[in-house]
Amino acid sequence: MTPYDPGSDVIEVIRAPGGGAARGAYRVFGETLRGLKTTFGRIVEGPTTIQYPEEKTPVYPRFRGRHRLHRFDDSGLEKCVGCSLCAAACPADCIRVVAAENTPENRVSAGERYAAVYEINLSRCIFCGYCEVACPFDAITMGHDYEMSDYTRSDLIFTKEMLLAEAIERTPLRREGE
Amino acid sequence: MTLTAAVDYFEPWWVQLVKALLIFGVIFAVLPMIIIYERKLLGRFQGRYGPNRVGPYGLMQPLAEIVKFAVKEPFRPTTSVGFLYRVAPMVAILTAVASLALIPYGDVQHIFGQKVGLYGIDVSVGPLYVFAFGGISFYGIMLGGWASGSKYAFLGAMRGAAQLISYEVSQGLALVGVLITAGTLSVTGIVHAQAGMWYFIPQFAGFLIFMTASFAETNRAPFDLVEADSEIVGYFTEYGGTAFVAYLFAEYTNMIVVSGLATTLFLGGWLLPFGIHPPGWVDPFVVLAKMFLVLTFFIWVRATLPRLRYDQLMSFGWKILLPLATLNLLVTAVLVVR
Repeated sequence: MTPYDPGSDVIEVIRAPGGGAARGAYRVFGETLRGLKTTFGRIVEGPTTIQYPEEKTPVYPRFRGRHRLHRFDDSGLEKCVGCSLCAAACPADCIRVVAAENTPENRVSAGERYAAVYEINLSRCIFCGYCEVACPFDAITMGHDYEMSDYTRSDLIFTKEMLLAEAIERTPLRREGE
Repeated sequence: MTLTAAVDYFEPWWVQLVKALLIFGVIFAVLPMIIIYERKLLGRFQGRYGPNRVGPYGLMQPLAEIVKFAVKEPFRPTTSVGFLYRVAPMVAILTAVASLALIPYGDVQHIFGQKVGLYGIDVSVGPLYVFAFGGISFYGIMLGGWASGSKYAFLGAMRGAAQLISYEVSQGLALVGVLITAGTLSVTGIVHAQAGMWYFIPQFAGFLIFMTASFAETNRAPFDLVEADSEIVGYFTEYGGTAFVAYLFAEYTNMIVVSGLATTLFLGGWLLPFGIHPPGWVDPFVVLAKMFLVLTFFIWVRATLPRLRYDQLMSFGWKILLPLATLNLLVTAVLVVR
């Protein structure tokens, strides 16, 4: 019977570095000096912290933040025609659109129909931007705002008026080459 | 060579009382400052600001934390031994404060026609007094860990006790070099003996060994596996609220004591280099400034070195530091006796 061959079961245990007292003393005191120099360099550099509520991290132009709905610049009509393609594209199923017919007395959008109800549940939204891609009229785009925390869940359901409102640009844009 | 204290006068009891209260008051006023200074400086070493929200520049942070700790519920585990569980932090803080009395802040001064030594006491056994109380502070750790009735606290206490014992030897041997060179055990006498040259130059190896052992004695990084914040196996695992703060304060007081000892024994105490002799009232500030520098070094090292593994701690203490300390002592003894 062959004796048990440990093969790859044997693991070389890493011991403390050898070399005796002289090497050890050098490691402790000599190498420590190098470490002290390295950490002192951090003081010279100064902190790299961004003090968040006061100064914000600039975002890239294509950053996908909170959605915005748009109007035509000239006529002021809503671009959204209530087609629900965004709701169909939404993987998180957080968009709710109820369409209604435009009438000559009540013309809201440029197309035949308009969105009577347009709600985005931001507590479900995953900010994938598929709604933006699906929209045939560029009526919904992703904005730059990422400060959306609130105290109740119902406050996170954004209505059409909130999405249409001129967004307060609270997020700095990253400059070219930054 | 005399082994008695240099005190040849008697201070009235009220002078001693005022001195005791003053030292106690000043050091305990300085403690929170050290805590905020450590956290701010540690932040800078790591490329961040440190606490900066409470009060101007975050300077009220220790106050907020003390309030937080003070209003916590004083709980204890059901398996703990009640009396010892409460006594252990007191032992820790008592021994730390008692060692504080030894640090000399200046020479004997004439204040209101009285001779007043600017130190708590100048005992004839000097540093041995600190070691005696260091030995008792070991009970604070051991009792705290054992009386918690928790395996992890007990493990932490055992580790802490082994560490303290191992490094106390090297620390003591490093000091003996200074004592032999100075020829006295009185701390004021040792400072006076450094008038020509501060002992960290002739006793440089001793200074390094003493500082390294002091890091271990005060449970500071890289030897802080007694508390090991990220591993949560320390002797005060089961402590919370004010009892925990007592341990924390004991640790920081020990840091002050050790930096005071390093100042006294190696960095010339209240003496200034280049033959500058300021008036006597400057001396305490010189000592405090030197202690501040030593404390800064403590923090700097904490920011630099990672925590040792337990076997590394033991092998370093016994195989490297102790032989070095012994060698240093032997060489010093031969040179002095010759």
